Amino acid sequence: MTNRQVLVAAECPNGAPSALTRELLGLARTLAGADGTVSAATLLGGEESLIAHGADVVFALGEGSTGDRYLARVWLHALGELLSQHPHTYVLFGHTALGSELGPRLAFRLKAAIATACEHVEVLEGELVATRPCFGNKAREVLALKTAPSLVTVREKAYEPLEPNPRRNGRVVRIAVSPDGAESVRIVARHQENLADAARLETAKIVVAGGRGLGGADGFKVLERLAAAVGGALGGSRVACDLGWCPRGWQIGLSGKTVTPELYVAVGISGASHHLAGCGKARAILAINTDPQAAIFKDASYGVVGDYKKIIPALVEELEKERSAQPT
Amino acid sequence: MRIAVCIKEIQNPELASSSFRVDEARKAVIPLDGLLVISPFDEQAIEAALRIRDRLGAAQITLFTLGPKSSQGAIKRGLSMGADAGIVIADSEFGPLDAFGTATILAHAIRRTGEFDLILTGRQAADWDAGIVGCGIGELLGLPVITFARDVRIADGKVVVDRMLDDGWETVETPPPCLITVANELGEPRKATLRETMRASKKPITQLDAALLGLSPESLGSPALRLVRNRLFIPKKESTCEMFAGESAREVAQRLVQRLTAAQLI
Repeated sequence: MTNRQVLVAAECPNGAPSALTRELLGLARTLAGADGTVSAATLLGGEESLIAHGADVVFALGEGSTGDRYLARVWLHALGELLSQHPHTYVLFGHTALGSELGPRLAFRLKAAIATACEHVEVLEGELVATRPCFGNKAREVLALKTAPSLVTVREKAYEPLEPNPRRNGRVVRIAVSPDGAESVRIVARHQENLADAARLETAKIVVAGGRGLGGADGFKVLERLAAAVGGALGGSRVACDLGWCPRGWQIGLSGKTVTPELYVAVGISGASHHLAGCGKARAILAINTDPQAAIFKDASYGVVGDYKKIIPALVEELEKERSAQPT
Repeated sequence: MRIAVCIKEIQNPELASSSFRVDEARKAVIPLDGLLVISPFDEQAIEAALRIRDRLGAAQITLFTLGPKSSQGAIKRGLSMGADAGIVIADSEFGPLDAFGTATILAHAIRRTGEFDLILTGRQAADWDAGIVGCGIGELLGLPVITFARDVRIADGKVVVDRMLDDGWETVETPPPCLITVANELGEPRKATLRETMRASKKPITQLDAALLGLSPESLGSPALRLVRNRLFIPKKESTCEMFAGESAREVAQRLVQRLTAAQLI
């Protein structure tokens, strides 16, 4: 058997590998097997941490800043040069705004097979086999990728990162990438949403999320009281975000964030399968909905059929009563 | 300004999960009659094109679709929204297609039809949810690609796009031509009006096929040598929802808090 060479396109915002990048390194180690090599390509630093999280080789492709250049295009050009000098068997991307564009574009340049938004990836008889949600998360397809290299983009929270080991051995290879003369897209402005909110959503033990059934933006004020009472974070369905009832950064689901809290409270959320793609891995779901037929009750562990405007204030009151009764 | 929009006709993705069925042996979805729609992200790509035309006062919008005969229905709906012309490419003679084959055929048809300043697609088709074809068309045509647009406008001869990021959004610009994929953040597409629907019946729809395009199944390579679908299935769910009810909201809340505390969830 030939040795597998697995490359991770490592997103290192602010010079440190993202959570999803660390998850990809964990997956890459499994895919590489005992004799294979895991490499990570980075534009923006994070070399030591990438090695600690599982990379044997780090290809450093940039000088730290991409300036006003379109990020996917910078990556595309740099990875093209890297792969022509150092061929790899499998290339892994996070299914992020960057990876979900970069993966397909690179696949066309390399005439390589790609599977996107995968939630399970394994090697069977030397081939990459990927399982991914499709039809708005209603179905799963299992795809065998037959080209070398094979490319996949992987959803967040599908894999566990390795425990970082600062004493792991690895080497850093700096590659000077030639200028990309054909690049014409320029970034003229950037607007960051509240990062603290987003980070909280990722790590919160309890997430309280609202959907169309809230009836309006004011509904989130009711949810806010519950979130505050349980120390949880707020989230929303795609509809709630599309209607402008809550910030876009709160969106949970197939085209939004994936959260894995202990308890997910779904309020006025019908439970469309594309929403479940973002919260189905919670340990438990509590659904509050006026419609007893709502699909969310099929996925929930606990359910209440009723008006959230009555149930949630009563819940908050009970929780506060509990709290004041307990010695702290 | 000439704008091409690539659209796909699919089974309505808003359909309840309970009526969604797959044929595991054929690895295909079992189609339901009369529920075909333009894939929602593609409908938003048409809307993006119409908004550009609204702002500029003039633009020629041509819709492209690749699919079975029924796909003409998607073109007609797009024309009723306000697009100017439609091109239907019959997929029957190409054999099985993957994203590479699909993008190759669409890129070929676009190139053959004329020069376009903008090519718009949805961020992904809402059936397979892969998001590969749009990017592929851009790559095959050698165009700059800009993904996940929530607003597209023309300013000083440049294409200006607000695009979604994981933690916000950014504004980018490029001289035309370019390919742009449109995200749901663009907002609701307009509905067809009676007036536009009447006008739509007079708009040209061109039929293309493999022979007219000068493409053969061989020229698209063997999809089976790139990617093979081993399985298609609906994940099983066991419904074990414990329901809470009571005389009053307070009673429900008390029971819930007790249960969630016992389960160590709060």
